[in-house]
Order: sequence, then structure tokens, then C-alpha cells
Amino acid sequence: MFIHKNIRNDAITSIVQSIPLVFAATPFAIVYGALGESLGMSFWLIIAISMLVFAGASQFIALTLLAAGTPIGIIIFTVFLVNIRHMLYAISLVPQFKQVSSWVRIPMAYTLTDETFAIVTNKMQQQPNTHFVAFYLGSALFMYCNWALWSGIGFYVGSEFSGLKELGLEIAMVVAFAGIVVSQLKNLSHYACLLVAGIAAVISIDWPHQSGLLFSAFAGIATGLVVEYQQGNDQPDKKGEHHA
Amino acid sequence: MLDSIYLVLGMVLVTFLPRYLPIALSSRLQLPPLLVKALQYVPIAVLTVIIVQTSFFQGGNLSLHYSNPFLWGLAAAVACAYIQKNMLLTIVVGMAVFAGAKTFF
Repeated sequence: MFIHKNIRNDAITSIVQSIPLVFAATPFAIVYGALGESLGMSFWLIIAISMLVFAGASQFIALTLLAAGTPIGIIIFTVFLVNIRHMLYAISLVPQFKQVSSWVRIPMAYTLTDETFAIVTNKMQQQPNTHFVAFYLGSALFMYCNWALWSGIGFYVGSEFSGLKELGLEIAMVVAFAGIVVSQLKNLSHYACLLVAGIAAVISIDWPHQSGLLFSAFAGIATGLVVEYQQGNDQPDKKGEHHA
Repeated sequence: MLDSIYLVLGMVLVTFLPRYLPIALSSRLQLPPLLVKALQYVPIAVLTVIIVQTSFFQGGNLSLHYSNPFLWGLAAAVACAYIQKNMLLTIVVGMAVFAGAKTFF
């Protein structure tokens, strides 16, 4: 009974903590639906892509390429490139998934997003006793239902909200992610990782298909590792000096 | 119609497999220690890139100018997160400062 209560509480906490991120994703769903309508696509194709593919940036790119008459194989390959980052998230969640039963892994993997990865890894670090599956699915399913719902609504009313993107609702995502990053900064190596990833992000902004995101993330991770290794080497020296 | 079905199926395959394969293999997968160390930097690195590419640029151009309200919101959120631990407060303060900066500048 206690376990059940914990599961429920963790799922509710997860949903509450996801509200800003869901809020930030909503205008994108509306604009996506509206884009589909303006390109003359059917309502059901737009909804099917949102429910089956469930990957924001990829969906925009797919519609744009489709409208430009791009061959299907190239569209699919581009979508693959844009989504490789999810593999990075999935690998870093591997330790948490070891105890999860194999059939639950499928819906969890299906609904993996930037947002859910961010709040789940943060939560598991801050409070390792959190029920992983409940917390994960609370956020992921909330994001999923919201995305499908507003894609559909966007198809019908999106053209009336053309000013929506100018409101800058992405700020909700920016500040939520900023809070998570700050809470993770503990060692010099973490700051080094942040600095290099940030600079690389500016340099690679124009690179196609999220390759800049992957490149910058790897640059930051590599820097963090090098600094951590250097510091590990420095420590015995410092100790030696202290004793001398 | 058939083309749409192929397109959707293809997209499902290439978006689901990168998400699922590492997780599916997780019980059998023994990650090398260096990879485990590297993974602790993934959230900081990826989220920083998303933050920078969303807030430092306006209309595709680098905008490190006080008229960019994202910089104000971001700075307020970072300061707020340093002072205290409540995430909701960080988000509310960041969004409020963003809204203020957007109105004034």
C-alpha cells in the first residue's frame, strides 16, 4: 500500500514539474498542425505522425521536405539524423532501465524526449529513491498527450494564431533547463563542460539537421572528462605537497 | 496514400530504434567505466546547447544585446537557481523577468 502511494505521488510530482515544459512545447504543436494544414496534408496524416513518430523537430523537417517534393528515403534519413541525440539520452538512462521489465521499456522508449530526459535525470540525481517508471511515465505521457492534442487543434485553428511563435513561449523551456543545469554544476569539470558546449553551440548554430547539437554536446562531454582526469592527476600531488 | 504510409512507417522506425535499442539491451549491456563517466556530462552538455541555441539567437542571428529578452530571463533563472533550490520559483522568476524585458526593450 505504501508502495502504491509512492508510485502515485511520484507520478503526480512528475506531471506538476512537467507543466512548464508542456507549456513551452504547446505552441510548436499548434504551429506544426497549422503547417500541415497549409501544405494541404490530411488531418489524419498530421495526427498519425504526431502520435506515431512523436519527435518535434523531425516532424517539422519532414513536412517541409515533403512539401518540397523530396524523395521519401531522403526524408527518412534526415529524420534519423535529427533523432540520433535520443540514442545519447537512452544510453545515459541504461543504468536506470536495468530493473524495468522489458514490456514497460517499449512505451517508455517510445515517449523519450529532450524534456522528459532532462527532468528525469535531474530528479533521479537529486532523489534517487524516486520511483523511476512512475516519474518517467508521468512526464512522458503528459508530453505525449499534449503534443497529439495540440497538433490536432493546430490543424484547424493554427492559422488564426500566426503570432504565437513571436510570443517566445520557449522561454519556459529555457528557464526550466537552466534551473536543471545549475543544480548539476558541482565540480570544475562540470563548468568546463558547460563553457565548451556553450561556445560550440554558438559556432555550430547553422549546421544542418542538429549536427551542431551533437557536435557541441560531444565537445562539452570530452572537455568535462579531460578536466576531471587532470584534476584526478593533480590531487595526489597536492596531498604530497601538504605532507611535505 | 501508399507513399504516406511508407513515410510514416520509415519515420517510426528511425525515431523509435535510437530511443529503444540501448534501453532494450540495458540488462545485458555492461557499460565501460569511461562511458559511465562520460554520461554524467550528457545533461549539462545537451541542455546547455539547447539553451544557448534558443536564447542567444534571434531570427537566426547572434544577439548578445540587452534588447534580447531571453538573455534577461535566462540570467534571472540562473541567479535564482544559484540562490535557492525551488525549481518552480526559478521558472516563475525567469518567465516574469523575460516578460518584463520583452515589454520594456
